[in-house]
Amino acid sequence: MIEVDHLTKRYGPHPAVEDVSFRCEPGTVTGFLGPNGAGKSTTMRMICGLTPPTAGSATVGGRPYRRLPNPGREVGVLLDASAQHAGRTGREVLAVAARTMGVDTRRVAATLDLVGLNPAAARRRVRAYSLGMRQRLGLAHALLGDPRVLILDEPANGLDPEGIFWMRGLLRDFADRGGTVLLSSHLLREVEAVADRLVVIGGGRVVAQGGRDELLAGAGTLVRARDPQALRLTLDRAGLDATAGTDGGFVVRAEAGAVGQAAADAGLVLTELRSADTGGLEQLFLTLTAGSSTKESVK
Amino acid sequence: MSTDTTAPPAPAVPVRPADRAPTLARLTEVELRKLVDTRAGRWLLITIGAIAAVIVTVQLFVVADEQQTFTDFFTPSLLPVALLLPVVGILSITAEWSQRTALTTYALVPRRERVVVAKLAAVVLAALASVLVSLAVAAVGTLLAGATGATGSWQFEWSLLLHAAVLQVVNVLMGAAFGLLLLNTPLAVVSYLLLPTVWTILASMVTALRGPARWLDTSATMEPLFGPDVTAGQWGRMAVSWLVWVAVPVAAGLLRTLRREVS
Repeated sequence: MIEVDHLTKRYGPHPAVEDVSFRCEPGTVTGFLGPNGAGKSTTMRMICGLTPPTAGSATVGGRPYRRLPNPGREVGVLLDASAQHAGRTGREVLAVAARTMGVDTRRVAATLDLVGLNPAAARRRVRAYSLGMRQRLGLAHALLGDPRVLILDEPANGLDPEGIFWMRGLLRDFADRGGTVLLSSHLLREVEAVADRLVVIGGGRVVAQGGRDELLAGAGTLVRARDPQALRLTLDRAGLDATAGTDGGFVVRAEAGAVGQAAADAGLVLTELRSADTGGLEQLFLTLTAGSSTKESVK
Repeated sequence: MSTDTTAPPAPAVPVRPADRAPTLARLTEVELRKLVDTRAGRWLLITIGAIAAVIVTVQLFVVADEQQTFTDFFTPSLLPVALLLPVVGILSITAEWSQRTALTTYALVPRRERVVVAKLAAVVLAALASVLVSLAVAAVGTLLAGATGATGSWQFEWSLLLHAAVLQVVNVLMGAAFGLLLLNTPLAVVSYLLLPTVWTILASMVTALRGPARWLDTSATMEPLFGPDVTAGQWGRMAVSWLVWVAVPVAAGLLRTLRREVS
């Protein structure tokens, strides 16, 4: 269980994370979504006691991370797969962690095997690893202490499609056995396949959170017409809240019936009218976080 | 006879025996391992040993026979260690930041002061081990000298051993202190290695600095440690220089490490 309570981090006047609160329950996978620079990594570092928050607090398993006596046995953390000593072998990285946590060093080989790093790869130095291999090593590092909670920052980065599919299975299985997973991503598609809950962050603030299905249902109706401009006018005239997509369609926060009725009254020819499911969530994600990604370059 | 069949309620959060914090001994063992498990660390240590061996070899060929004694081999073998082992101390601290392993190290051990103490303990053990290596190198040199017809005298003042241990331990701690304060490899290495030179240059140019230099220039205050006799006044001056160049930077660096954001 992870509880994040009004976490705030400011660097000078610049707020990186502003009043972020959410909970991750055992047995669930929580997707932490947001564009680059939205504050995902800073939030995760604050949860793990690596970045002191300006205000607010976070607990893991009911305790602040820094009060956990042996955190590696409670929480598996992967914050940056590239943050490993380039001169150590993959096996040595895990052996050092195993000794630190007091885990039987025989688990090292078993965990390497679990993440698909063969003995030849394990003997090589991290310098020679591809990003995908570093992610696998990082995941092995997180799983080594047999934790009940996983905190993973962009774990799918650099993995090939097969690797992403494998990782989803692994995380789903971990959660189904009662574990708690928090994983971040800037790619909606990557997260919606595995997450039960979503926390969407933009510009340092939580802009939406809830069950995945609930957020999907709330996404509204996708509508497309032969004449998009007329449709826009019609929707505006009918007082329906519509957001233009990139491909000429609109996501409307209303029932399909209401949208169809408005179009029929105006005599418009619709080419598509359906409940906006995943596409709608993508629209939601784009609109909710619009503008926040441009702030990153300033940071 | 009544039997209580109800099992005691399971604790809400089962405490596993492995949930105890790692001991300082174990953290020190891990830090010792980290000194040698990279190519850079291993070769730095091998180089230090090799230079000590080369010095003894050169002595066997060029120095007069009556000066080929155990003591004469032992003292110069301390020099490469005194110069380079502190770099191992610096790297032990700064590599965590330059290689960004601090992210995993301090996630596994959030009480960062324990990691720092373990690192200091590890480099002190390395310094003590280096004295044993110096003894071994000097012994081999003496045996060879005896075999080749030189004096090969085993005469040795045991106070030298203590002084050598103090010298190496303080030097490596001073290196670690610089690393801890600056948290940056090149900056720490350069300032550590340049400091004695800077003192020499400054003291030769500014007469007013010559007095303080006798108390603050570690290369001057620790000079007596290469010999068997150290006076109380010399110990006093040494202690002052250690306070300024070891104790203060360790304290400030520890504070900096505890507060620093790891990213």
